[in-house]
Amino acid sequence: MTTSAPAGAPPAPRKTPKARAWKLPIRLDRRYLPVLGTFVVLALMLIIGGTRYENFLTPAVISNLFINNAHLIVLAVGMTFVILTGGIDLSVGSVLALSTVITAALLQAGWPVAVVLPLAVGAGTVIGLAHGVMIHYFQVQPFVATLAGMFFARGLCFLIAPESIAIDNASFVELATWVQIFGEWRMTSSVLVALIVVGLGFLVLHFTRFGRTVYAIGGGEQSALLMGLPVPRTKVLAYVVSGTCAGLGGLLFAMAFRSGYSLTGVGMELDAIAAVVIGGTLLTGGTGFVLGSVLGVLVLGLIQTIITFEGTLSSWWTKIVIGVLLLIFVLLQRVLSLRRT
Amino acid sequence: MTQQTTPPVVEMTGISVEFPPVKALDGVDFSLRPGEIHALMGENGAGKSTLIKALTGIHSPTAGTIRVDGVERRFSGPADARAHGVSTVYQEVNLCENLTVAENIMLGAEPRVLGGLNWRAIRRQAATHLERMGLDIDPASSLGSHSLAVQQLVAICRATVGDCKVLILDEPTSSLDTDEVERLFTVMRGLRADGVAILFVSHFLDQVYEVSDRMTVLRNGTLVGEYVTADLPAAELVQHMIGRSMDVLEAAEEVLEQAERPAETTPLLQVVGLGRKGSVQPFDLDLYEGEVVGLAGLLGSGRTELARLLTGADRADVGQARVSGRPTRLRNPRAAMRHRIAYTSEDRKGEGVVDGLTVRENIVLALQAERGWMRPLPRKQVDELVARYIKQLGIRPANPEALLRNLSGGNQQKVLLARWLATAPRLLVLDEPTRGIDVGAKAEIQKLVAELAADGMSVVFISAELEEVLRISHRIAVMRDRRKVAEIDGGGATMDQVVDLIAGGGAA
Repeated sequence: MTTSAPAGAPPAPRKTPKARAWKLPIRLDRRYLPVLGTFVVLALMLIIGGTRYENFLTPAVISNLFINNAHLIVLAVGMTFVILTGGIDLSVGSVLALSTVITAALLQAGWPVAVVLPLAVGAGTVIGLAHGVMIHYFQVQPFVATLAGMFFARGLCFLIAPESIAIDNASFVELATWVQIFGEWRMTSSVLVALIVVGLGFLVLHFTRFGRTVYAIGGGEQSALLMGLPVPRTKVLAYVVSGTCAGLGGLLFAMAFRSGYSLTGVGMELDAIAAVVIGGTLLTGGTGFVLGSVLGVLVLGLIQTIITFEGTLSSWWTKIVIGVLLLIFVLLQRVLSLRRT
Repeated sequence: MTQQTTPPVVEMTGISVEFPPVKALDGVDFSLRPGEIHALMGENGAGKSTLIKALTGIHSPTAGTIRVDGVERRFSGPADARAHGVSTVYQEVNLCENLTVAENIMLGAEPRVLGGLNWRAIRRQAATHLERMGLDIDPASSLGSHSLAVQQLVAICRATVGDCKVLILDEPTSSLDTDEVERLFTVMRGLRADGVAILFVSHFLDQVYEVSDRMTVLRNGTLVGEYVTADLPAAELVQHMIGRSMDVLEAAEEVLEQAERPAETTPLLQVVGLGRKGSVQPFDLDLYEGEVVGLAGLLGSGRTELARLLTGADRADVGQARVSGRPTRLRNPRAAMRHRIAYTSEDRKGEGVVDGLTVRENIVLALQAERGWMRPLPRKQVDELVARYIKQLGIRPANPEALLRNLSGGNQQKVLLARWLATAPRLLVLDEPTRGIDVGAKAEIQKLVAELAADGMSVVFISAELEEVLRISHRIAVMRDRRKVAEIDGGGATMDQVVDLIAGGGAA
């Protein structure tokens, strides 16, 4: 009896029968409000930037926004999975660095690209799996487990390569090509990869049982268990997704900078968390969207861009603005969730 | 009825569950027939939950057999049980508020297409299930936007997805109001008509009598009996649950000795129409100095909730309170403490003693909190105080530095009492102060309560043991179904009378 329209449409199209016309504002579900807020902020920043500076709303600037943050977008997608379950992954910055170092070191040693790429991503997967197992089966706090993973991965980086390693492998460099969309709009392949990851993340979260179980765990782990959902597997998998995304993020980073360096991505996990939170995902889990996290990354990137355009401002203002925004968004979420109860 | 001829869908025989050294269930038989609502009755700790958990595979029985549809089964857990048609809905709504109603109903059994979820089919099927239950809500709305009652009904809706032969409802009505309960019962009757066997657990006797066909009574992990609801008077049921025949109960009254209640003009605490939605219906109560007021009622009848309102542990929605004639709002325990009202919780471990601290630290905790942390009590004064209470209450070991977790339950209770006595309360509310402690300690605490009242303190005494309440109370307020149903004089009260009132017979 399940013969009906194929999956593919987002879970939005709903018929609204009966007396629901007057309810329209509420129908715009509270769940979407934080994301909407992020979108408004992003739009405002674009408008302000566009009116204040010449050459702001140009293809080059917008393209660069994506290019400079492709790796962060991938990290934020993975982080969204983890945070949706109510957890946290502090290791992604270090794992990203580990991935760049593995890539650079192995390419330097003459390994073929086809082997190096899966290995670099796989390193992230393995670390993510270890986190998941520690957190679920040994009941270690996600904060502590991934903190351990963060130190471990960072240490491993230095063990492999204390110095920065340049990447000059021709086929690897070739991977990082430009993709022309039309006219002046062009992207690097890493942006393409990031956007594919976003799309996959969206599909997995909204159109698979795994994805819905991620939300269910965030809504109440005990409830999810009693509902007979595969909680252990899902929780572990969420960390695997995050680890894998960090590994992939490392590859994109290596492609962009053509080097592997042990000190890359220090504090990047916090950027990823900030992006996810600004994107409207609740740190307590269960509420949020991958697309929100992408918006969050773009907001962070745009702050940087605007401050660069301003010219006279110290780049540390970026941090201050991010801090303020983060605070505002968390307060906003607090107000929304308080009103709900 | 044809019930006698239908073979049971669930048949449990000789079920024992042990948590060494405790035997939570001892050789219990239980059977459930299709198309009946079967109430499982018993006081707390009687083994109701354990029996349910044994059936659904959360606990594994050490002895006995479980047959579902004639086949012997040992489920590995709720999911396994559900796969075989045995679904459970718990007291707390175990659903995810952040997901939509449709998802909450269908999660785990969603229709899929090409490996992805088919949202349209999910919503359509959920709508069908909702309709069958007579629930008119939008499947696409998020669960959190609905009332607890609707959530509860959605939980039942989820339980009936697929092949549901047995539905276990564990205290589904505890947070619902009257209309909502009616709605639930309508749904239950509908399911019964469809041939579903429903196992219903509730502390509310009225509800059990309204909706159930048969009942099984447990006490202390053993089976008391199985009865047809219509043939078992409520008073008899209460006796079965409490486990004392009338004769024994009456004999206990002889111990009852009454001090004269002092003629009092203004009550120390007077509450009028105090209540809180979903907790206790509005009630009036006057508490005088030098008097022990007992609260009698079954567990879940609202005894604790009433106490929590009196002491500011919960905030009342309606009603007024007067302390010594002056209107007061008891907004929180601190406000109550300022009026010298002290409350010891029934949850000794969770809300009472701090078991990692010493006897001395536990005793001075409330007194110190009252003074504020900036003004520590002088050590000499603390030592004097602690020594006095250890002696007065007979706390053993008589060592102020002993860690509380190493004390017996009775002695922990005494420490808790000492803590509040140290603040020199005028009104002391004791919630189940004698639960789980041995007979000797029990007698000591009862004696102490009597002495405190004789010294002019007003005491509210809550206990599940009626004898105890009768023995030491000057007045008894009887609770049923979250209402104060009667107030009787402790001196003249008989066990019969109280049991009747608790059961709703209305003898007073």
